[in-house]
Amino acid sequence: MRVWAIILRILRQFRRDKRTLALIFIAPIFVLTLMNFVFNGSDYKPNLGVVDAPIALTQEMEKEGARIIEYANLDEAELGLDERSIDAIISTETDTGQLQIKLEGSEPAVNKAVQMLIQKSGEKLRPASSTPSMNVTYWHGSENMSSIDQLGPILIGFFIFFFVFLIAGVSFLRERTTGTLERLLSTPLKRWELVVGYVGGFGIFTVIQALLISWFCIKVLGIMMTGSFAYVILITLLMSITALTLGTLLSAYANNELQMIQFIPLIIVPQLFLSGLFPLDTLPEWLQKFKVIMPLTYGTEALSDIMIRGKGWDAISINVCILIGFTVLFMLLNIAALRKHRKI
Amino acid sequence: MSPIPLNPDPVIVANHVGKAFSNKTVLTDISLTVHKAETFGLLGPSGSGKTTLVKLLTGIDEVSSGEITVLGNVMPKLSVFQQIGYMAQSDALYTELSAQENLELFAALYGLKGARRSARILEVMELVSLHNDLNKRVDQYSGGMKRRLSLAIALLHDPPLLILDEPTVGIDPLLRQSIWNELKALNAKGTTILLTTHVMDEASKCDRLGMIRDGRLLAVNTPQSLIEEAGQSSIEEAFIYYGGEQS
Repeated sequence: MRVWAIILRILRQFRRDKRTLALIFIAPIFVLTLMNFVFNGSDYKPNLGVVDAPIALTQEMEKEGARIIEYANLDEAELGLDERSIDAIISTETDTGQLQIKLEGSEPAVNKAVQMLIQKSGEKLRPASSTPSMNVTYWHGSENMSSIDQLGPILIGFFIFFFVFLIAGVSFLRERTTGTLERLLSTPLKRWELVVGYVGGFGIFTVIQALLISWFCIKVLGIMMTGSFAYVILITLLMSITALTLGTLLSAYANNELQMIQFIPLIIVPQLFLSGLFPLDTLPEWLQKFKVIMPLTYGTEALSDIMIRGKGWDAISINVCILIGFTVLFMLLNIAALRKHRKI
Repeated sequence: MSPIPLNPDPVIVANHVGKAFSNKTVLTDISLTVHKAETFGLLGPSGSGKTTLVKLLTGIDEVSSGEITVLGNVMPKLSVFQQIGYMAQSDALYTELSAQENLELFAALYGLKGARRSARILEVMELVSLHNDLNKRVDQYSGGMKRRLSLAIALLHDPPLLILDEPTVGIDPLLRQSIWNELKALNAKGTTILLTTHVMDEASKCDRLGMIRDGRLLAVNTPQSLIEEAGQSSIEEAFIYYGGEQS
């Protein structure tokens, strides 16, 4: 009954607060759409400056999509390189006849694109017999899989986690700074009723959020999805409830909204980096171990398993349990932290 | 004020109460008794420890030493919370919600339901003359209106004990007068009221006064006796007299 009163109040407050509603529903969709454009863009086509290069090679490079600009001599070409109108110079050394490539070099992604393109063009010029032909197949994913397909599950998890953490944390914090928390605690409301009420009230919004974002990413953005949609919803929902309970817990240790924001670089950003966005194998081992205590890791791992590898309950059951465990732990800690405001 | 015969039933008993926050002593050796159906005023400047004492009496905070008994129960005790109507110093209202929605929330927390809930909401809102603004959002309320809504919420579940922290700040004199009349009417019905104030002339309307400064209770008596014993002509002068005597 009292739990329901808290839930009803949160729902009514949200209905009035259009901006916060937008932050929950629209902001993640907006950011994920942007991410989709960034990571799903077609391959970069480099601009290449050519000085005395073999005609056959330049033709092949043009076929591969490069834009070729001919220069009369190296000095002119280097000027072009300096102005960044070309990404690399391809020339032939007069003495040895060896091919010389000079890269602009300030962008690793562009460097790689240039090298790939030249390598490909070179291979095509060589007689086919010199390299054995390969037949590549995929265990998971496909050759059409792009970066957004790989990052999608991680980003979906991250943004849901991030926005829910922030909104729930700030709401609970404002409860304290405006004095309403003290007022609530002067009623016969029990501490657990307040915490459960918060989870219930926000939970209703996070269900809608999880549905909306998962649907949008998979059906509208077309992010790779080989598993069950129901599992995706389950995991995103669990992640947002974990974020909700973590946010309300940590708000007890912030004195104002700005201090709540200060938790982002401390709590949220490290989780993003260690949750599989980048390969972890190259990190020092002690740093890798941190991911064990990070809720985001378990969520993104499960989402990747479902969406990319098409796995089912067997693969995600442990992650589901761990996420539920985190939620329960954060709730209990929060109930204990409220003792600071009322002893019983 | 005519002296009102004191009902011997103690509603609040504070016994040598002390409160310290991490080495900083806020209240020292407070002992007082509030009787049934009286209006007891805590008079003191800001920072004197009034609000801290109120939080101990409502059970939100716990004493560091001594003991507080409210309605026969050692505080803090959750079941006593149901018997107390509390009005905080800050207007702890949900400003995005309408007055009606704020009242409905607290009604639910105090277990009011159905017809009784609707009736009580109308009653208390009429009492503070806000019944025409019931569906207005609280962020459109003026400071005085918020104060009155806070009071209405404290009265909502018809508690036998009202604890009001600076209840009439920012309320215009005419309305303040009518609120005082209502408080007196509640007294007559048997409701006990404890309130804090730093306004001297308001203090004289209380049945009994406790003067508090620097966390110490300087004197407790009826306003008239406090003035007479001090040999002064006003509450303000009496306060200075008792304060000077202590320091």
